[in-house]
Amino acid sequence: MSTTTGRADRINDAVLLLGFALGIYVLFTLVSFVLGLDLNGTVNTLRRITFLSAVYAMLVLALNLQWGYAGLFNLGVAGFMAVGVYTMGMLSTAPSSTPPGLGLPLPIGILGGILAASLVGVVASLPALRLRGDYLAIVTLAFSEIIRRTYRSPVFQEFTVGGLSLGTGGSRGMSLPSNPIRSLFYENPTEITSPPSAFGNAVFSAAEGFGIQSTVVEGWAWAIVLLLVVAGIYVLLRRVGNSPFGRVLKAIREDELVASALGKDTRWFKIKVFALGCALMGLAAILWRIGGIASTSSFMPIQTFYVFVALIIGGAGSNTGSVIGGAVFASLLFEGPNFVRRVVTELVPVGNAPNTFFDAVGALAGLDPTPLLAYTLSDVNVSALRLVLLGVVLIYLIQNRPDGLLGHRKEVAASVDLSERTGGGKQ
Amino acid sequence: MTTAPPEQEQATGEEYTETDDTQTEESPLLRVRNLEKSFGGITAVDGVSFDVAQGTMTGLIGPNGAGKSTTFDLITGVQKPDSGRVVFDGTDITGNRPYQNTNRGLVRTFQIARELDEMTVLENVMLAPQNQLGEALWRSVLPGARDGVVAQETELREEAWETLEFFEIDHLAEEYAGSLSGGQRKLLEMARVLMTDPDMVLLDEPLAGVNPSLEEKLLERLHELREEGYTFLLVEHDMDVIMNNCDPLIVMHQGQLLTAGSPAEVQNDERVLDAYFGEEVLG
Amino acid sequence: MAQREDVNPAVALVRERPLVVVFVALAAVLGIDLVRKLANGGVLVADLATFLWDGTILGMSIGLAGVGLAMTYSILNFANFAHGDYITAGAFAGWLTTFLIAGFGEFALQALVLIGGPLPISTADLGISVTATPIAILAGIVVSAATTAGLALLLDRYVFKPMRDQRGISLLIASVGVALALRYLLVYVFQASSRGLTAGAKTPSFQLGIGQGSLPINAHEVTLVVLAAGLMLATHVVLKYTKLGTAMRAMADNEDLARVSGIPTERVVRATWLLGGALTGISGYLIALERGVLTTGLGWELLLLIFAAVILGGIGSVYGAMVGGLVIGLASRVSLVWLPESFIIVAAFAVMIAMLLVRPQGILGGVTTV
Repeated sequence: MSTTTGRADRINDAVLLLGFALGIYVLFTLVSFVLGLDLNGTVNTLRRITFLSAVYAMLVLALNLQWGYAGLFNLGVAGFMAVGVYTMGMLSTAPSSTPPGLGLPLPIGILGGILAASLVGVVASLPALRLRGDYLAIVTLAFSEIIRRTYRSPVFQEFTVGGLSLGTGGSRGMSLPSNPIRSLFYENPTEITSPPSAFGNAVFSAAEGFGIQSTVVEGWAWAIVLLLVVAGIYVLLRRVGNSPFGRVLKAIREDELVASALGKDTRWFKIKVFALGCALMGLAAILWRIGGIASTSSFMPIQTFYVFVALIIGGAGSNTGSVIGGAVFASLLFEGPNFVRRVVTELVPVGNAPNTFFDAVGALAGLDPTPLLAYTLSDVNVSALRLVLLGVVLIYLIQNRPDGLLGHRKEVAASVDLSERTGGGKQ
Repeated sequence: MTTAPPEQEQATGEEYTETDDTQTEESPLLRVRNLEKSFGGITAVDGVSFDVAQGTMTGLIGPNGAGKSTTFDLITGVQKPDSGRVVFDGTDITGNRPYQNTNRGLVRTFQIARELDEMTVLENVMLAPQNQLGEALWRSVLPGARDGVVAQETELREEAWETLEFFEIDHLAEEYAGSLSGGQRKLLEMARVLMTDPDMVLLDEPLAGVNPSLEEKLLERLHELREEGYTFLLVEHDMDVIMNNCDPLIVMHQGQLLTAGSPAEVQNDERVLDAYFGEEVLG
Repeated sequence: MAQREDVNPAVALVRERPLVVVFVALAAVLGIDLVRKLANGGVLVADLATFLWDGTILGMSIGLAGVGLAMTYSILNFANFAHGDYITAGAFAGWLTTFLIAGFGEFALQALVLIGGPLPISTADLGISVTATPIAILAGIVVSAATTAGLALLLDRYVFKPMRDQRGISLLIASVGVALALRYLLVYVFQASSRGLTAGAKTPSFQLGIGQGSLPINAHEVTLVVLAAGLMLATHVVLKYTKLGTAMRAMADNEDLARVSGIPTERVVRATWLLGGALTGISGYLIALERGVLTTGLGWELLLLIFAAVILGGIGSVYGAMVGGLVIGLASRVSLVWLPESFIIVAAFAVMIAMLLVRPQGILGGVTTV
């Protein structure tokens, strides 16, 4: 069993990713058709899938660096996401809003958010220097909860430091600056009722010709931006992985004693991995939430588990796997059940849902499965069963396919093709 | 409390004076003084002192439980001694972390081969060289700096292939280390350790589980390297190997130094025989 | 470095045990401040008594819940992230039983089985309390124990046993899967609404006059504390004086040695799940009883605190879980003297992290094993 890396693999990966994306698009277009959505609805559905897949791809790529490469079990993902978003919010929201922010320009806010997430990541990495797997998991989870509860605390809802007013909004949340993509389409991007710019006008009218609304156009533009960021992060992390640095990370994951016996100060590697990974998590969260509201309920431990499931599906250790895992999770496991619900309710006449589980089950005695189906298909229950599905998938994967889809591909960590030799042909 | 012979005592002070980069012919490369280590109630190493001269293949022997592996751990920094000192190439390295000792040229192999199973043989070996530019995150990533990394990687790759050829495992270069046989793992361990460009290698039972022809080959290689200037401290259970290859020998028993000397001297020392046959030798 | 100089013993103490010194110093400072606050009326004695009592209640809850976790950790060597949902499952099973017995005939069967929830029942009318409906409560306790024990065995058989030889991390991940599946199955069946359980005003309680204020104590709080203490004592008896307990301690200490000495390890594992599961289920039931409210998130929300307690006391040590629970419980309530409510839990987690870094074996670690 030998390995090769290089051009062939890269092309394979690109084909894989494109083919997969195409498959998902076709699937959801079909679903939209079945649901009787118009073109606008279909385009919006695809937009939502693309957007969420991109966000999760970023998160999973970041976690893959920490766990897939370096073997660091970071259960605090949600916390670092929160730091990114909240810091950006506190830096960039206007001083006149509730809660007040510093009103700094958005690029500074975003940069600040990324840096803050990175810094908190470094702090969180310090326990990692000493603790093994499951202890690290508990500590990072505790960190995440400390962060979340601090943001939720009424103490920091609004406060002043050095004469400047800041706030997290406590349990009420914080509204975030408007999406920067609006500056492409609108003359006054920060105002909701702004007239469109010249470019905006052109694009909107063209889209309207197909019945596609301006909000969907904006949304797609942002989704494309996110896809570009995913590509950038992918290239970056591929470089990081295929390098002496990445080599040491893999060694740390396998056997840290060997890495240090070979002269590597493993502590610095762990710190850097946390710094970079958490920065990316903060970035992903910022790009996700901007234009909306930051609320601590989005950053509960379940969010971290989502990213882990996605990583395990895609295959820990593989960057391509991370992207695919993120997309599979976002489209099929997260959004999927809701679409299944809608399709089934569309195709199967289920009637009214009974109020309780036992009513629904009771009907089974009379050989009528419809009430149970109707009960199951209610919004609330589909959401609950989605999580049951997630749990079962997780158990199945870790027992039977711990390598996920692409984790068996061990990408060789070097900056050059190791199978070649200088001045000679291939071995 | 010291047990070191008076003529080997030096003045207090961490740094020993050196006139040039290399040690003088007389002063030993490795000096171990009064090392002590206990675990719970058990004293594994009890006041051990010895020297290892440069360019030798020194043997460290003793019955099971003599404390040889623990001594290795104490020297290389895997464990911290309760008391005592380790001086390597003129510098006090007591309590250093393992990576620091490797950086200084003092490395070890492991008794149970610790190969990085899910990495290829080449990756394993390419890990070893010290001061790799690409181990800095930014250098591996930024376009300009990356060129330097690629250049160094190309050089190291060549060295890696040559080292694998030296140990005749180059045909396994792209195999995962996890799929290697026991003997092949030992060779990989040796290749890897040599790529760190060490001055001294502590070999912890490098021939255990290795077939005789491979054993011969390996010993040949080790002697070749010794003649190039490497120093080896070897723990082995095979007495023939020890007697035929090592000089001098250091004998440990029950955590203490029993005796040290040439193979002939040690062979004829009754206490050594008694120790191996289970007699109480040291009070 | 090997020289033993003549040093001031105080300096030596600081150098060798810096953490003990820091801890004692901190405790002293806080203690003095507390006395000061009591003296000048910033804190009433009754307030302090309330904190201590609440802390004991919380501590016993966490401690009892933690015993099962410590058992799993020490004998099976993994952090069971589903433990919180075992607690919740036990609570639901037990309270379903209590409702059925207490309300049978008077209320709709389905409403009772659903413990109210989507079909709300007036808890005042149902009138459940330990004095008014003791049989119902006792039955609930028994059922919660049996259900969780059975559930734990079942999940071990199908999820954890096939993975027995895998790394702790893999088992941890699997347990997260179990946690999600279990919790949201409960949501699916019972729905997520929070349910009132006890009669509220009808629960016997009295005010203990202390100084200028009073300390309210109610029967359910007492029930929890007394039963938890009793169960911990019973656990101790089992561990110390029975064959099973000895086997469990041996396995926790050194599994290979235990197996070689002829201990039937798989049987001990099953017994661990049984015993641990029963205790876990009962803890869930009692916590819900004391709170008077049942939610599907009950156990999960406590999980990190339980981990904090187990880690603080000494991971893998059952006695550690008890001690750790009390410490966390008391410390978190008493810190209300200085910290705002929203930071109590944060403080508890911070203490846990500090403990893991500084003395990972915990307070009792290294002294006893199980």
